[in-house]
Amino acid sequence: MTSRWRWDYAWDVLPDLLVAFLKYTLGITLAAGVIAILLGLVLALGRRSDNMWVSRPTFWLIEFIRSTPIPIQLFFVYFGLASVGFRLSALVTGVLVLGVHYACYMAEVYRAGIDAIPPGQWEACTALSLSPQRTWRAVVLPQVIRRIIPSAGNQIIALFKETPFLIVIGVGEMVFVAQQFNSATFRAIEPYTIAGLIFLAASYPTSVLMRKLEARLAQ
Amino acid sequence: MLNELLDAAPFFLRGAGTTLLYTACGAVAALVISFVLGLMSMSPSLWVRGVVRVIVEFFRGTSLVVQLLWIFYVLPQLGIKFEPLAAATIAFGLNFGAYGAEVVRGAVTSVPKAQWEATVALGLGKGHRMRRIILPQAIPEMVPPFGNLLIQMLKSSSLLFFVAVTELTYQVNQLRNDIGSLSAFTVALIVYFVLTQLLIVVMRVWEKRAAAKVGRGPKPVDVTMQGTMAAPSGAV
Repeated sequence: MTSRWRWDYAWDVLPDLLVAFLKYTLGITLAAGVIAILLGLVLALGRRSDNMWVSRPTFWLIEFIRSTPIPIQLFFVYFGLASVGFRLSALVTGVLVLGVHYACYMAEVYRAGIDAIPPGQWEACTALSLSPQRTWRAVVLPQVIRRIIPSAGNQIIALFKETPFLIVIGVGEMVFVAQQFNSATFRAIEPYTIAGLIFLAASYPTSVLMRKLEARLAQ
Repeated sequence: MLNELLDAAPFFLRGAGTTLLYTACGAVAALVISFVLGLMSMSPSLWVRGVVRVIVEFFRGTSLVVQLLWIFYVLPQLGIKFEPLAAATIAFGLNFGAYGAEVVRGAVTSVPKAQWEATVALGLGKGHRMRRIILPQAIPEMVPPFGNLLIQMLKSSSLLFFVAVTELTYQVNQLRNDIGSLSAFTVALIVYFVLTQLLIVVMRVWEKRAAAKVGRGPKPVDVTMQGTMAAPSGAV
Protein backbone atom coordinates (compact mmCIF):
# COMPACT_ATOMS: atom_id res chain seq x y z
CA MET A 1 0.00 0.00 0.00
CA THR A 2 1.44 3.33 -0.94
CA SER A 3 0.23 6.58 0.46
CA ARG A 4 1.15 10.21 0.34
CA TRP A 5 1.66 13.06 2.75
CA ARG A 6 -1.64 14.32 4.21
CA TRP A 7 -1.66 17.82 5.61
CA ASP A 8 -4.83 17.36 7.67
CA TYR A 9 -3.29 14.40 9.49
CA ALA A 10 0.00 16.28 9.89
CA TRP A 11 -1.86 19.13 11.64
CA ASP A 12 -3.59 16.59 13.85
CA VAL A 13 -0.39 15.01 15.13
CA LEU A 14 1.70 18.19 15.41
CA PRO A 15 0.30 19.52 18.74
CA ASP A 16 0.74 16.20 20.56
CA LEU A 17 4.26 15.80 19.22
CA LEU A 18 5.18 19.33 20.25
CA VAL A 19 3.79 18.84 23.75
CA ALA A 20 5.72 15.57 24.13
CA PHE A 21 8.82 17.30 22.82
CA LEU A 22 8.62 20.25 25.20
CA LYS A 23 7.54 18.24 28.20
CA TYR A 24 9.54 15.04 27.89
CA THR A 25 12.29 15.31 25.28
CA LEU A 26 13.51 18.68 26.57
CA GLY A 27 12.75 17.81 30.20
CA ILE A 28 14.74 14.58 29.99
CA THR A 29 17.59 16.38 28.22
CA LEU A 30 17.67 19.03 30.94
CA ALA A 31 17.55 16.59 33.89
CA ALA A 32 20.03 14.13 32.36
CA GLY A 33 22.24 17.05 31.29
CA VAL A 34 22.46 18.34 34.87
CA ILE A 35 23.39 14.85 36.10
CA ALA A 36 26.02 14.56 33.34
CA ILE A 37 27.57 17.94 34.15
CA LEU A 38 27.76 17.39 37.91
CA LEU A 39 28.60 13.68 37.99
CA GLY A 40 31.04 14.18 35.10
CA LEU A 41 33.14 16.50 37.25
CA VAL A 42 33.05 14.06 40.16
CA LEU A 43 34.19 11.22 37.86
CA ALA A 44 36.93 13.37 36.33
CA LEU A 45 38.25 14.25 39.79
CA GLY A 46 37.95 10.62 40.90
CA ARG A 47 40.01 9.56 37.94
CA ARG A 48 42.74 12.05 38.83
CA SER A 49 42.80 10.98 42.47
CA ASP A 50 46.20 10.04 43.93
CA ASN A 51 44.54 7.13 45.67
CA MET A 52 44.80 4.14 43.36
CA TRP A 53 41.72 2.56 44.96
CA VAL A 54 39.70 5.51 43.73
CA SER A 55 41.31 6.29 40.39
CA ARG A 56 41.49 2.75 38.96
CA PRO A 57 37.84 1.75 39.59
CA THR A 58 36.68 5.17 38.33
CA PHE A 59 38.69 4.66 35.15
CA TRP A 60 37.15 1.24 34.49
CA LEU A 61 33.67 2.42 35.38
CA ILE A 62 33.95 5.22 32.82
CA GLU A 63 35.37 2.84 30.20
CA PHE A 64 32.69 0.24 30.81
CA ILE A 65 29.75 2.60 30.66
CA ARG A 66 31.11 4.34 27.56
CA SER A 67 31.66 0.98 25.85
CA THR A 68 28.17 -0.41 26.29
CA PRO A 69 24.97 0.62 24.48
CA ILE A 70 22.34 2.78 26.13
CA PRO A 71 19.45 0.41 25.27
CA ILE A 72 21.15 -2.46 27.12
CA GLN A 73 21.91 -0.19 30.06
CA LEU A 74 18.26 0.83 30.12
CA PHE A 75 17.16 -2.82 30.10
CA PHE A 76 19.72 -3.69 32.75
CA VAL A 77 18.32 -1.10 35.15
CA TYR A 78 14.66 -1.31 34.18
CA PHE A 79 14.30 -5.11 34.01
CA GLY A 80 17.51 -6.51 35.48
CA LEU A 81 17.74 -4.49 38.68
CA ALA A 82 13.95 -4.56 39.05
CA SER A 83 14.08 -8.36 39.15
CA VAL A 84 16.18 -8.14 42.32
CA GLY A 85 13.87 -5.61 43.93
CA PHE A 86 15.40 -2.30 42.80
CA ARG A 87 12.40 -0.79 41.02
CA LEU A 88 12.39 2.57 39.22
CA SER A 89 9.83 4.09 36.88
CA ALA A 90 10.66 4.13 33.16
CA LEU A 91 11.11 7.90 33.19
CA VAL A 92 13.48 7.90 36.19
CA THR A 93 15.43 4.99 34.68
CA GLY A 94 15.75 6.87 31.40
CA VAL A 95 16.98 10.08 33.02
CA LEU A 96 19.45 8.23 35.25
CA VAL A 97 20.89 6.02 32.52
CA LEU A 98 21.26 8.87 30.02
CA GLY A 99 22.68 11.14 32.71
CA VAL A 100 25.24 8.61 33.94
CA HIS A 101 26.17 7.58 30.36
CA TYR A 102 26.88 11.16 29.37
CA ALA A 103 28.59 11.88 32.71
CA CYS A 104 31.25 9.42 31.54
CA TYR A 105 31.66 11.37 28.31
CA MET A 106 31.67 14.64 30.27
CA ALA A 107 34.41 13.23 32.52
CA GLU A 108 36.64 13.00 29.45
CA VAL A 109 35.72 16.55 28.48
CA TYR A 110 36.63 17.81 31.96
CA ARG A 111 39.85 15.81 31.88
CA ALA A 112 40.92 17.46 28.62
CA GLY A 113 40.09 20.85 30.12
CA ILE A 114 42.04 20.18 33.31
CA ASP A 115 45.03 18.80 31.41
CA ALA A 116 45.10 22.02 29.39
CA ILE A 117 45.91 24.14 32.45
CA PRO A 118 49.62 25.01 32.10
CA PRO A 119 51.82 23.45 34.82
CA GLY A 120 53.05 26.94 35.74
CA GLN A 121 49.66 27.76 37.20
CA TRP A 122 49.70 24.75 39.52
CA GLU A 123 53.21 25.71 40.59
CA ALA A 124 52.12 29.30 41.16
CA CYS A 125 49.29 28.08 43.40
CA THR A 126 51.76 26.03 45.40
CA ALA A 127 54.13 29.00 45.60
CA LEU A 128 51.29 31.17 46.90
CA SER A 129 50.51 28.33 49.32
CA LEU A 130 46.86 28.21 48.28
CA SER A 131 44.95 25.30 49.76
CA PRO A 132 43.93 22.57 47.29
CA GLN A 133 40.30 23.68 47.58
CA ARG A 134 41.18 27.27 46.72
CA THR A 135 43.45 26.17 43.90
CA TRP A 136 40.57 24.25 42.32
CA ARG A 137 37.82 26.73 43.04
CA ALA A 138 39.60 30.02 42.34
CA VAL A 139 42.18 29.09 39.71
CA VAL A 140 41.58 25.80 37.92
CA LEU A 141 37.83 25.33 37.58
CA PRO A 142 36.98 28.80 36.24
CA GLN A 143 39.44 28.28 33.39
CA VAL A 144 38.36 24.70 32.79
CA ILE A 145 34.71 25.65 32.55
CA ARG A 146 35.44 28.44 30.09
CA ARG A 147 37.44 26.13 27.87
CA ILE A 148 35.08 23.19 27.83
CA ILE A 149 31.83 25.03 27.07
CA PRO A 150 31.83 24.09 23.35
CA SER A 151 32.67 20.41 23.87
CA ALA A 152 30.30 20.15 26.81
CA GLY A 153 27.59 21.77 24.69
CA ASN A 154 28.20 19.24 21.93
CA GLN A 155 27.81 16.41 24.44
CA ILE A 156 24.48 17.83 25.59
CA ILE A 157 23.33 18.06 21.96
CA ALA A 158 24.33 14.42 21.50
CA LEU A 159 22.41 13.49 24.64
CA PHE A 160 19.39 15.38 23.30
CA LYS A 161 19.48 13.40 20.05
CA GLU A 162 19.68 10.13 21.97
CA THR A 163 16.60 10.76 24.13
CA PRO A 164 14.48 8.70 21.66
CA PHE A 165 16.55 5.66 22.76
CA LEU A 166 14.21 5.67 25.74
CA ILE A 167 11.38 4.31 23.57
CA VAL A 168 12.86 0.87 24.23
CA ILE A 169 11.48 1.02 27.77
CA GLY A 170 8.40 2.98 26.75
CA VAL A 171 9.18 6.49 28.04
CA GLY A 172 6.60 8.81 26.47
CA GLU A 173 8.94 11.23 24.71
CA MET A 174 8.28 12.59 21.23
CA VAL A 175 9.35 9.64 19.09
CA PHE A 176 7.34 7.32 21.34
CA VAL A 177 4.26 9.47 20.75
CA ALA A 178 4.98 9.40 17.00
CA GLN A 179 5.17 5.61 17.21
CA GLN A 180 1.83 5.50 19.04
CA PHE A 181 0.25 7.52 16.23
CA ASN A 182 1.76 5.10 13.74
CA SER A 183 0.36 2.04 15.45
CA ALA A 184 -3.06 3.65 15.97
CA THR A 185 -3.58 4.86 12.42
CA PHE A 186 -1.02 2.90 10.36
CA ARG A 187 0.25 6.19 9.00
CA ALA A 188 3.99 6.55 9.61
CA ILE A 189 4.88 9.36 7.23
CA GLU A 190 3.53 12.39 9.05
CA PRO A 191 4.43 11.57 12.68
CA TYR A 192 7.98 10.40 11.97
CA THR A 193 8.73 13.18 9.51
CA ILE A 194 7.47 15.86 11.87
CA ALA A 195 9.40 14.32 14.77
CA GLY A 196 12.59 14.43 12.68
CA LEU A 197 12.00 18.02 11.65
CA ILE A 198 11.39 19.10 15.25
CA PHE A 199 14.73 17.52 16.18
CA LEU A 200 16.42 19.31 13.31
CA ALA A 201 14.82 22.64 14.20
CA ALA A 202 16.08 22.34 17.77
CA SER A 203 19.54 20.86 17.23
CA TYR A 204 20.72 22.82 14.19
CA PRO A 205 20.69 26.31 15.76
CA THR A 206 22.29 24.94 18.93
CA SER A 207 25.13 23.26 17.05
CA VAL A 208 25.73 26.43 15.00
CA LEU A 209 25.93 28.36 18.28
CA MET A 210 28.44 25.85 19.67
CA ARG A 211 30.59 26.13 16.55
CA LYS A 212 30.61 29.94 16.85
CA LEU A 213 31.61 29.66 20.51
CA GLU A 214 34.33 27.18 19.64
CA ALA A 215 35.76 29.50 16.98
CA ARG A 216 35.63 32.42 19.39
CA LEU A 217 37.38 30.59 22.21
CA ALA A 218 40.02 29.23 19.84
CA GLN A 219 41.23 32.75 19.05
CA MET B 1 22.60 -21.22 36.53
CA LEU B 2 25.85 -22.06 34.77
CA ASN B 3 24.14 -24.71 32.65
CA GLU B 4 21.48 -22.27 31.57
CA LEU B 5 24.12 -19.73 30.61
CA LEU B 6 25.95 -22.37 28.57
CA ASP B 7 22.69 -23.24 26.82
CA ALA B 8 22.21 -19.58 26.03
CA ALA B 9 25.75 -19.07 24.70
CA PRO B 10 24.96 -19.98 21.07
CA PHE B 11 22.23 -17.33 21.00
CA PHE B 12 24.58 -14.70 22.37
CA LEU B 13 27.17 -15.65 19.80
CA ARG B 14 24.68 -15.61 16.95
CA GLY B 15 23.44 -12.21 18.12
CA ALA B 16 26.98 -10.86 18.40
CA GLY B 17 27.71 -12.12 14.89
CA THR B 18 24.66 -10.31 13.50
CA THR B 19 25.61 -7.17 15.43
CA LEU B 20 29.09 -7.26 13.91
CA LEU B 21 27.70 -7.92 10.42
CA TYR B 22 25.35 -4.94 10.59
CA THR B 23 28.06 -2.74 12.10
CA ALA B 24 30.55 -3.76 9.39
CA CYS B 25 28.09 -3.03 6.56
CA GLY B 26 27.15 0.29 8.14
CA ALA B 27 30.82 1.16 8.62
CA VAL B 28 31.72 0.51 4.97
CA ALA B 29 28.78 2.62 3.79
CA ALA B 30 29.62 5.38 6.26
CA LEU B 31 33.29 5.35 5.22
CA VAL B 32 32.41 5.77 1.55
CA ILE B 33 29.87 8.51 2.27
CA SER B 34 32.34 10.28 4.60
CA PHE B 35 34.94 10.52 1.86
CA VAL B 36 32.47 11.50 -0.86
CA LEU B 37 30.81 14.22 1.24
CA GLY B 38 34.04 15.28 2.96
CA LEU B 39 35.93 15.82 -0.29
CA MET B 40 32.90 17.46 -1.92
CA SER B 41 32.66 19.89 1.00
CA MET B 42 36.02 21.30 -0.12
CA SER B 43 34.84 21.86 -3.68
CA PRO B 44 35.48 25.31 -5.16
CA SER B 45 31.84 25.42 -6.28
CA LEU B 46 29.56 27.16 -3.82
CA TRP B 47 26.65 25.02 -5.04
CA VAL B 48 28.35 21.74 -4.28
CA ARG B 49 29.45 22.98 -0.85
CA GLY B 50 25.96 24.21 -0.10
CA VAL B 51 24.30 20.92 -1.06
CA VAL B 52 26.80 18.93 1.03
CA ARG B 53 26.24 21.27 3.99
CA VAL B 54 22.47 20.69 3.81
CA ILE B 55 22.88 16.89 3.59
CA VAL B 56 25.34 16.81 6.49
CA GLU B 57 23.26 19.06 8.75
CA PHE B 58 20.09 17.15 7.87
CA PHE B 59 21.43 13.74 8.80
CA ARG B 60 23.25 15.01 11.88
CA GLY B 61 20.25 16.95 13.10
CA THR B 62 17.32 14.57 12.76
CA SER B 63 18.40 11.86 15.21
CA LEU B 64 19.38 8.31 14.25
CA VAL B 65 16.32 6.73 15.84
CA VAL B 66 13.98 8.81 13.70
CA GLN B 67 16.02 8.00 10.59
CA LEU B 68 15.86 4.27 11.32
CA LEU B 69 12.11 4.39 11.90
CA TRP B 70 11.74 6.45 8.73
CA ILE B 71 13.61 4.00 6.55
CA PHE B 72 11.99 0.94 8.15
CA TYR B 73 8.39 2.21 8.40
CA VAL B 74 7.83 5.32 6.28
CA LEU B 75 9.59 4.35 3.05
CA PRO B 76 7.59 1.09 2.69
CA GLN B 77 4.38 3.15 2.94
CA LEU B 78 5.73 5.27 0.10
CA GLY B 79 6.27 2.09 -1.90
CA ILE B 80 10.03 1.73 -1.33
CA LYS B 81 10.99 -1.50 0.43
CA PHE B 82 14.43 -2.64 1.52
CA GLU B 83 15.78 -5.78 3.10
CA PRO B 84 16.55 -5.09 6.81
CA LEU B 85 20.30 -5.27 6.22
CA ALA B 86 20.08 -2.80 3.32
CA ALA B 87 17.81 -0.47 5.28
CA ALA B 88 20.11 -0.47 8.32
CA THR B 89 23.17 0.01 6.12
CA ILE B 90 21.57 3.05 4.48
CA ALA B 91 20.52 4.56 7.80
CA PHE B 92 23.89 4.03 9.50
CA GLY B 93 25.78 5.00 6.36
CA LEU B 94 24.00 8.32 6.00
CA ASN B 95 23.93 9.22 9.69
CA PHE B 96 27.52 8.31 10.50
CA GLY B 97 28.70 9.37 7.04
CA ALA B 98 27.47 12.88 7.85
CA TYR B 99 29.66 12.93 10.96
CA GLY B 100 32.52 11.26 9.11
CA ALA B 101 32.43 13.92 6.37
CA GLU B 102 33.50 16.48 8.97
CA VAL B 103 36.31 14.16 10.06
CA VAL B 104 37.59 13.82 6.50
CA ARG B 105 37.35 17.56 5.87
CA GLY B 106 39.12 18.39 9.14
CA ALA B 107 41.94 15.95 8.49
CA VAL B 108 42.50 17.03 4.89
CA THR B 109 42.55 20.73 5.78
CA SER B 110 45.01 19.99 8.59
CA VAL B 111 47.66 18.85 6.09
CA PRO B 112 50.22 21.70 6.10
CA LYS B 113 49.81 24.28 3.38
CA ALA B 114 53.38 23.80 2.18
CA GLN B 115 52.46 20.25 1.12
CA TRP B 116 49.71 21.58 -1.13
CA GLU B 117 52.02 24.23 -2.54
CA ALA B 118 54.69 21.63 -3.19
CA THR B 119 52.25 19.52 -5.24
CA VAL B 120 51.39 22.58 -7.31
CA ALA B 121 55.07 23.39 -7.76
CA LEU B 122 55.71 19.82 -8.94
CA GLY B 123 52.81 20.12 -11.36
CA LEU B 124 50.89 17.11 -10.01
CA GLY B 125 47.35 16.61 -11.25
CA LYS B 126 44.42 17.03 -8.88
CA GLY B 127 43.65 13.32 -8.46
CA HIS B 128 47.30 12.39 -8.20
CA ARG B 129 47.89 15.08 -5.59
CA MET B 130 45.02 13.89 -3.42
CA ARG B 131 45.81 10.18 -3.71
CA ARG B 132 49.55 10.21 -3.31
CA ILE B 133 50.37 13.27 -1.19
CA ILE B 134 47.45 14.69 0.76
CA LEU B 135 45.32 11.67 1.75
CA PRO B 136 48.17 9.48 3.02
CA GLN B 137 49.08 12.28 5.42
CA ALA B 138 45.47 12.99 6.37
CA ILE B 139 44.46 9.38 7.07
CA PRO B 140 46.41 8.95 10.35
CA GLU B 141 44.53 12.02 11.63
CA MET B 142 41.21 10.46 10.65
CA VAL B 143 41.65 7.09 12.30
CA PRO B 144 41.03 8.06 15.96
CA PRO B 145 37.81 9.99 15.27
CA PHE B 146 36.68 7.26 12.86
CA GLY B 147 37.34 4.78 15.67
CA ASN B 148 35.03 6.76 17.96
CA LEU B 149 32.34 6.76 15.29
CA LEU B 150 32.72 3.02 14.75
CA ILE B 151 32.21 2.32 18.46
CA GLN B 152 29.28 4.68 18.47
CA MET B 153 27.83 2.70 15.56
CA LEU B 154 28.33 -0.64 17.27
CA LYS B 155 26.49 0.72 20.30
CA SER B 156 23.71 2.23 18.19
CA SER B 157 23.24 -1.06 16.35
CA SER B 158 21.52 -2.31 19.51
CA LEU B 159 18.57 -0.14 18.44
CA LEU B 160 18.01 -2.49 15.52
CA PHE B 161 16.19 -4.95 17.76
CA PHE B 162 13.45 -2.33 17.79
CA VAL B 163 12.92 -2.87 14.07
CA ALA B 164 13.06 -6.65 14.60
CA VAL B 165 16.61 -7.35 13.43
CA THR B 166 17.78 -10.42 15.33
CA GLU B 167 21.04 -8.93 16.60
CA LEU B 168 22.51 -9.22 20.08
CA THR B 169 19.99 -7.04 21.91
CA TYR B 170 17.12 -8.91 20.27
CA GLN B 171 18.55 -12.29 21.23
CA VAL B 172 19.08 -11.15 24.81
CA ASN B 173 15.46 -10.06 25.04
CA GLN B 174 14.43 -13.53 23.90
CA LEU B 175 16.60 -15.12 26.58
CA ARG B 176 15.24 -13.04 29.43
CA ASN B 177 12.67 -15.61 30.48
CA ASP B 178 15.11 -18.52 30.38
CA ILE B 179 18.06 -17.12 32.31
CA GLY B 180 16.53 -14.17 34.17
CA SER B 181 16.68 -10.47 33.35
CA LEU B 182 19.65 -9.63 35.52
CA SER B 183 22.00 -12.28 34.16
CA ALA B 184 20.78 -11.84 30.56
CA PHE B 185 21.52 -8.13 30.52
CA THR B 186 24.71 -8.46 32.55
CA VAL B 187 26.07 -10.91 29.99
CA ALA B 188 24.90 -8.58 27.21
CA LEU B 189 26.80 -5.66 28.77
CA ILE B 190 29.93 -7.78 28.99
CA VAL B 191 29.63 -9.03 25.39
CA TYR B 192 29.22 -5.46 24.10
CA PHE B 193 32.17 -4.35 26.24
CA VAL B 194 34.36 -7.09 24.76
CA LEU B 195 33.28 -6.22 21.21
CA THR B 196 34.08 -2.53 21.82
CA GLN B 197 37.51 -3.33 23.25
CA LEU B 198 38.15 -5.50 20.20
CA LEU B 199 37.34 -2.61 17.87
CA ILE B 200 39.58 -0.29 19.90
CA VAL B 201 42.51 -2.68 19.43
CA VAL B 202 41.84 -2.97 15.68
CA MET B 203 41.66 0.81 15.29
CA ARG B 204 44.89 1.28 17.24
CA VAL B 205 46.73 -1.11 14.95
CA TRP B 206 45.33 0.68 11.91
CA GLU B 207 46.37 4.06 13.32
CA LYS B 208 49.95 2.89 13.91
CA ARG B 209 50.14 1.40 10.42
CA ALA B 210 48.77 4.54 8.77
CA ALA B 211 51.19 6.73 10.72
CA ALA B 212 54.15 4.49 9.96
CA LYS B 213 53.30 4.61 6.25
CA VAL B 214 54.02 8.33 6.12
CA GLY B 215 57.10 7.95 8.31
CA ARG B 216 55.57 9.12 11.56
CA GLY B 217 56.13 7.46 14.89
CA PRO B 218 53.57 7.33 17.65
CA LYS B 219 51.92 10.72 18.05
CA PRO B 220 53.08 12.81 21.02
CA VAL B 221 50.46 13.50 23.67
CA ASP B 222 48.42 16.57 22.83
CA VAL B 223 48.64 18.82 25.89
CA THR B 224 46.86 21.80 24.37
CA MET B 225 43.11 21.83 23.98
CA GLN B 226 43.42 22.24 20.21
CA GLY B 227 43.31 18.56 19.39
CA THR B 228 40.41 17.71 21.64
CA MET B 229 38.36 20.66 20.51
CA ALA B 230 39.01 20.25 16.81
CA ALA B 231 38.42 16.51 16.75
CA PRO B 232 34.73 15.68 16.88
CA SER B 233 33.94 13.49 19.82
CA GLY B 234 31.98 11.20 17.57
CA ALA B 235 28.87 11.37 19.60
CA VAL B 236 27.86 14.83 18.56
